[in-house]
Amino acid sequence: MKGSVALAQGAIDAGCRFYFGYPITPQNDIPEYLSAALPAVGGTFIQAESELASINMVLGAAAAGKMAMTSSSGPGISLMQEGLSYLAGSELPALVVNITRSGPGLGGISPTQGDYLQATRGGGHGDYRLIVLGPNSVQEMYDLAGEAFRLAFKYRNPAMILGDAILGQMKEPVVLKPTQAPPAETAWALSGAMNRQPRLVKSLYLKDGEMTVHNWKLDEKYRQLKETEVLVETDCPPGCKLAVVAFGSCSRIVRSAVDQARRIGLPVGLVRPISLYPFPEQAVREAAVNAGNTLVIEMNTGQMVDDVRLACNGESHVFFKGYPGGHIPTPEDILAEIENILNRGGLKACQL
Amino acid sequence: MSTVAEKIIFSAPSCLLQNTFHFCPGCHHGLVHRLAGEAIDEFKLADKAIGVIGVGCGVFLYDYLAVDCCEAPHGRAPAVASGLKRANPESFVFTYQGDGDLAAIGTSEIIHTANRQENITVIFVNNSVYGMTGGQMAPTTLPGQKTTTTPLGRKPAGDGYPMRMAELIGSLQGTAYSARVSCHDLKHIRSARKAMKRAFQAQVENRGFAMIELLSACPTNWRMTPQQSLARMAGEMLTAFPLGVYKDF
Repeated sequence: MKGSVALAQGAIDAGCRFYFGYPITPQNDIPEYLSAALPAVGGTFIQAESELASINMVLGAAAAGKMAMTSSSGPGISLMQEGLSYLAGSELPALVVNITRSGPGLGGISPTQGDYLQATRGGGHGDYRLIVLGPNSVQEMYDLAGEAFRLAFKYRNPAMILGDAILGQMKEPVVLKPTQAPPAETAWALSGAMNRQPRLVKSLYLKDGEMTVHNWKLDEKYRQLKETEVLVETDCPPGCKLAVVAFGSCSRIVRSAVDQARRIGLPVGLVRPISLYPFPEQAVREAAVNAGNTLVIEMNTGQMVDDVRLACNGESHVFFKGYPGGHIPTPEDILAEIENILNRGGLKACQL
Repeated sequence: MSTVAEKIIFSAPSCLLQNTFHFCPGCHHGLVHRLAGEAIDEFKLADKAIGVIGVGCGVFLYDYLAVDCCEAPHGRAPAVASGLKRANPESFVFTYQGDGDLAAIGTSEIIHTANRQENITVIFVNNSVYGMTGGQMAPTTLPGQKTTTTPLGRKPAGDGYPMRMAELIGSLQGTAYSARVSCHDLKHIRSARKAMKRAFQAQVENRGFAMIELLSACPTNWRMTPQQSLARMAGEMLTAFPLGVYKDF
């Protein structure tokens, strides 16, 4: 199954019945698949006039307490930032999928991880965060669609799946595991004030002190996310002298490089953040400090490396190698970086 | 002394909350809220209505009407309403938008929502100026009208002409109902009440997209007294924005 299709089917199997989106390459397989698959299960598919409209249709369906999603890429995700900010401010759950383009601007359609900072810092205006998950296989594209909805409803906060053209286009076997729709508590949803007081979904707080209270309320959700919802894969055997950190499609290439390095006796470990927000600070810090040296590989000019450095807080030498603009590294490229650092004893001087 | 039995023959709509309106003297938002409330009562929609509120002076509608409400980002109310109505077809979904919200930043959303035949009702308050932000030029500002951003008056060449949204929306195949009414005197308010009910009826009967445009006064930002504002409406506003039903089901 193709990654994009796996993700779309994962959303349906998790209970999503509403998709609103606008075409943009390289994510068109998602709306094309859902335009047939959603009506077949009684769901709704709308091709909107823009990404602005898409995200606000998602907002409307979310305000009705339904599982709704959209997908886009780079420029389209930028247009959705206003709506994402409103979703977070209004405490509404939704799934937004970003199958990234290389950028800035119109950029290109080849695989890249240049939207990491936009995704993990909120992206739009105001003091908020998205829940961000970074799959690295077609199976995870399927699984994390459901997980994203679970988290979005649990915390009443929009969730994003950050993928790229590799993950969207590659085909791998998938085990389908239809999950029950989350038994979401939706005592906040709008349906008409039948036998109850009217409800209000809003993000405007003008009275003295109200906004501060609301900001701290949102912050408490992010604190709970960091405490209980971190997803990470760690493979750092004892004696490891270099921890390599990578996420998403890039982590698959790094996995091959780490395996090759170990076959020639190099003491190398791998840490793969799956939840990019909440970032697995503790796991990264532990691996990085134990190894003493850390190498961050990303398909951008250096974004997640900021989070790694913050997690290490100066207690590990952090090296970075980036491949922006659609340049996909080979395992041999990364192996050369690993050898370079270890052969030099992991000196600060060779920091790239 | 004999007691006289009193009979109530006129009262506020039951869904209209007894809160004091925050609107300026001579503003017609309060009146439009009331007309919406009357239509909600008429069709017994208080327990299934959901208001989607655009950004502008109408944003506090939820303080005055006892119905479920959702704030929308500026201009996006028709998209939010589309999502809400599709997710909950049994509910009655209306938007409440001003001219800046609907005819400038939200032009794309209003046109495409009508074109998709979304079964929603749009209440569009046109007072030819941005009210909440302090009186800047709106897409509906009249030629020559002075605003805080057209200090010498709006010049059509460069600033544009007033947008006639009721005609534009009425010209779309997807629209079920589009009408322009005015709030400046009792005769016209009675017509406005009829049009409001027609715009509600369209959705109740699943006819598709309905919009009612209500010409209104903004004395504060017109720099006029309420009386002067009414005279302006009866004169140049009605000339620039012809009243009428531009589409009916």
